[in-house]
Amino acid sequence: MNQSPDTLTLALSKGRILEATLPLLASAGITLQDDPETSRKLVFETNKPGLRLLVIRASDVPTFVSYGAADIGVAGKDVLIEHGGADLYEPVDLGIAKCRLMTAGLPGAMDAAKHRPLRVATKYVETTRAHFARIGRQVEIIKLYGSMELAPIVGLADVIVDLVDTGNTLYANGLEPFDLIEDISARLVVNKAAQKMKHAQIGELVSLFGQTEAA
Amino acid sequence: MQSKRWLLPEGVQETVPPESWRLEAARRALLDLYWRWGFDLIRPPLIEYLESLLTGAGHELDLQTFKLTDQLNGRMMGVRSDMTTQATRIDAHRLAATGPARYCYIGSVLRTRPEEPGGSRSPLQVGVEKFGDGHLASDLEIVSLMLETLAVMGISRSYLDLGHVAIYRRLVVACGIDAELEPTVFDVVQRKSRPDLDRLAADQRIDATTHARFSALIELNGPADVLAEARSALGGIDSTIDAALDELAAMVALVQDHYPEMPLYLDLAELRGYRYKTGLLFAAFAPGLGRELARGGRYDDVGRAFGRPRPATGFSADLNLLAALGEFADQRPATGIAAPGDNTDAALLAEIRRLRAAGERVVTGSPEAADAPGCDRLLEHIDGTWRVRAITTKSDSHG
Repeated sequence: MNQSPDTLTLALSKGRILEATLPLLASAGITLQDDPETSRKLVFETNKPGLRLLVIRASDVPTFVSYGAADIGVAGKDVLIEHGGADLYEPVDLGIAKCRLMTAGLPGAMDAAKHRPLRVATKYVETTRAHFARIGRQVEIIKLYGSMELAPIVGLADVIVDLVDTGNTLYANGLEPFDLIEDISARLVVNKAAQKMKHAQIGELVSLFGQTEAA
Repeated sequence: MQSKRWLLPEGVQETVPPESWRLEAARRALLDLYWRWGFDLIRPPLIEYLESLLTGAGHELDLQTFKLTDQLNGRMMGVRSDMTTQATRIDAHRLAATGPARYCYIGSVLRTRPEEPGGSRSPLQVGVEKFGDGHLASDLEIVSLMLETLAVMGISRSYLDLGHVAIYRRLVVACGIDAELEPTVFDVVQRKSRPDLDRLAADQRIDATTHARFSALIELNGPADVLAEARSALGGIDSTIDAALDELAAMVALVQDHYPEMPLYLDLAELRGYRYKTGLLFAAFAPGLGRELARGGRYDDVGRAFGRPRPATGFSADLNLLAALGEFADQRPATGIAAPGDNTDAALLAEIRRLRAAGERVVTGSPEAADAPGCDRLLEHIDGTWRVRAITTKSDSHG
């Protein structure tokens, strides 16, 4: 656990979030000693004393922050909803890595399974369960780790719940998006204890990230 | 598969020596502290009928409670998941004191799910409750005792967090937020999510005034000077909110007076225990833990369900957690005296009795010092008398 009052740990994930975050930190004069895109390091020290970066998997960011292993992090809203997220503060929408969490499938798939539970393939098990409970539909959830689009094509599932950006992958496979579950973008998340114990340092980073906030 | 029989259920702990002794010493030290502050020990049962266990407690505690059927009469029973309602029941029925009553307790509770990821399902809950006095002095008494508890446990660096549930509660009413929308607003406030609040406004689910007020509320956290901002942002909307701000200001002044070194943090949007809390909220945080270490607050009139509404305030913590983070040390020596196991030698038996009465730890039945791990001395027959001598060669490695 890194809750030393003198250090601040920021958790980021590789790819779009890191790409968008580094220039932002640089604008505040914060630079890294190594390039996280090429380095094999997992922990990166910065030129700002006491501030370090963890580069981890996107879906692990809420876990690191909620345990207090990182004080602050950037995570997609999709990951936060799946995590539960009520134990984290979520002060800023960075407006980056935007997409939509949707149901999708072969045309007419939502009405196909009239007399049995709808079979849904997804990696967002909790979100999917909550969504179909909300609309009052009995479902059977199949957990997959990738290539969701394949599931309806080979008859593994009736529909999928997945992130949709342009929808091109769906259309290329003969699928179409159905219902919007949630608009997704990257959010700044803060550990509740850190917010209280390191209020000033956290506040500095929150206002820095706040500058880019989606209009 | 046989080896897996040893595994304990997830979130269930046991302690073994020397940690178990340290924990016990901590338990005694805390109960002594509470005794010195005039708090009386109550030992509520581990199991009760659900009606009394969950009375006035709300849905959250219901889900947290392990349930089973009483085979004597078929009624549903629950294993306590929190001892506060038990203290309330005892105050209302069992003791029914007319003046202020102070109780302390310590005991295991069980929870169906940990309160936080990776948390315990079998905390050793320790806490104090004070009934029958609605004055701020009582809240200060409880906050003080919470801070003393941390001090006894050797947690030197802690942070005090203060809040007040009436602010959010009255703001919901003042803004005309209905029961259908309230859980959404609650969720947004709990996550201090300005983007989600902005979206509620954009979707016209809340009006501009409500948006402005709640935007202010979720930003109102930080050192004591946020109270001034709070007065300009939320003052004059509702007399209960004004009173809550007054109460917070008075509490801040008292704490700064009594504990000038204590880092103080205010969070006006804090909603911990919101469903049954009624006033001031407080919690202690410490480096090394991503959540609160101890927490409490005012929960006036919860005893109404037991037919006896009374002002009430208290705090509780998990002793296992306090012990894990604190530097509390068991003061008793960890070493003992190894003595022979001869039950016929009256002089030997008398000497053993004398040593034990003097507070020594004597392990008998070990002719060889090596057979008594943890012993640094030996009881030996030298020149016709039994004498204690130091073990020169280290032989703890045995066993």
